[in-house]
Amino acid sequence: MNDMLLAKAIVMGASALGAGIAMIAGIGPAIGQGYAAGKGAEAVGRQPEAQGEITRTMLLGQAVAETTGIYSLIIALILVVANPFLAAL
Amino acid sequence: MDFAPKRFFIPGTGIQISETVTTTWGIMLVLVIFSCLATRKLKDIPIHEVPDRRRGALELLVESLVNLVESTMGKERRGFTPYMGTLVLYLLIANLIGLIGIRPPTADLNTTLCLSTLTVTAVQYYGLKEKGLIRYLKGYLEPFVLFLPMNIMGEISPLISMGFRLFGNIIGGLIIMTMIYNVVPLLLPILPHMYFDIFSGVIQTFIFVMLTMTFISIAMD
Repeated sequence: MNDMLLAKAIVMGASALGAGIAMIAGIGPAIGQGYAAGKGAEAVGRQPEAQGEITRTMLLGQAVAETTGIYSLIIALILVVANPFLAAL
Repeated sequence: MDFAPKRFFIPGTGIQISETVTTTWGIMLVLVIFSCLATRKLKDIPIHEVPDRRRGALELLVESLVNLVESTMGKERRGFTPYMGTLVLYLLIANLIGLIGIRPPTADLNTTLCLSTLTVTAVQYYGLKEKGLIRYLKGYLEPFVLFLPMNIMGEISPLISMGFRLFGNIIGGLIIMTMIYNVVPLLLPILPHMYFDIFSGVIQTFIFVMLTMTFISIAMD
């Protein structure tokens, strides 16, 4: 019984750490999206009349760049909310 | 903490339905009633006649949706407007419904994966219809034969990435909002509501519809 509790505590703690570490992946999309936004601002400064088109293209590119960040969020959520390791214990 | 949608039993039958389904029914009801009221007794008027307010508002809505589709997919593909317009209206209401305290149906993987499956199916169907079987199958072997597994992966991956993008954004906002409500329930949540519900909801609607339109036009070219 005590062993079981200890095992559960270790798995829970490790999962919380894992969720935190998974979210480090947020750095990647943040840099990418910021770069895209900066380039978008540059483009608007050069060509203010094409602002609508530029904004649309920028948002589309940022959405695709965001995918990896969303994957890490999903992994963190699975570890915190629906932990498969705890269920297997 | 449990962020799964609530489930209830229909009395007497033992059938289980989740909150997502009932909210979606509510949104469908709202859209159907709105459409019926907005188009009731609508008749053709001469082009020089000024439309009344209801008709004017309706024309503004329809025209902006047609413009969105035309500017992304091209003038000859404006036939996609009904589907894309429905998608815009449904996703907009679904993402913004969190503002009145109802759990957004898009914070459920079942809804978002269903929508992305529709997109991927439409991409394959219209690609096949437009190009013909031979050219369609040849597209998988470009630039050369070894790229076949890569191309197949590329066709399937939007299913996962689009579904999870919408789901991840909305449920991320939902979780953070729930945490904020647990800590400070008064006044402070207004600001995060603006970002997580209004800004993020509108942007994600736009992104989902734009990506759907872009993928379908790429498959048809």
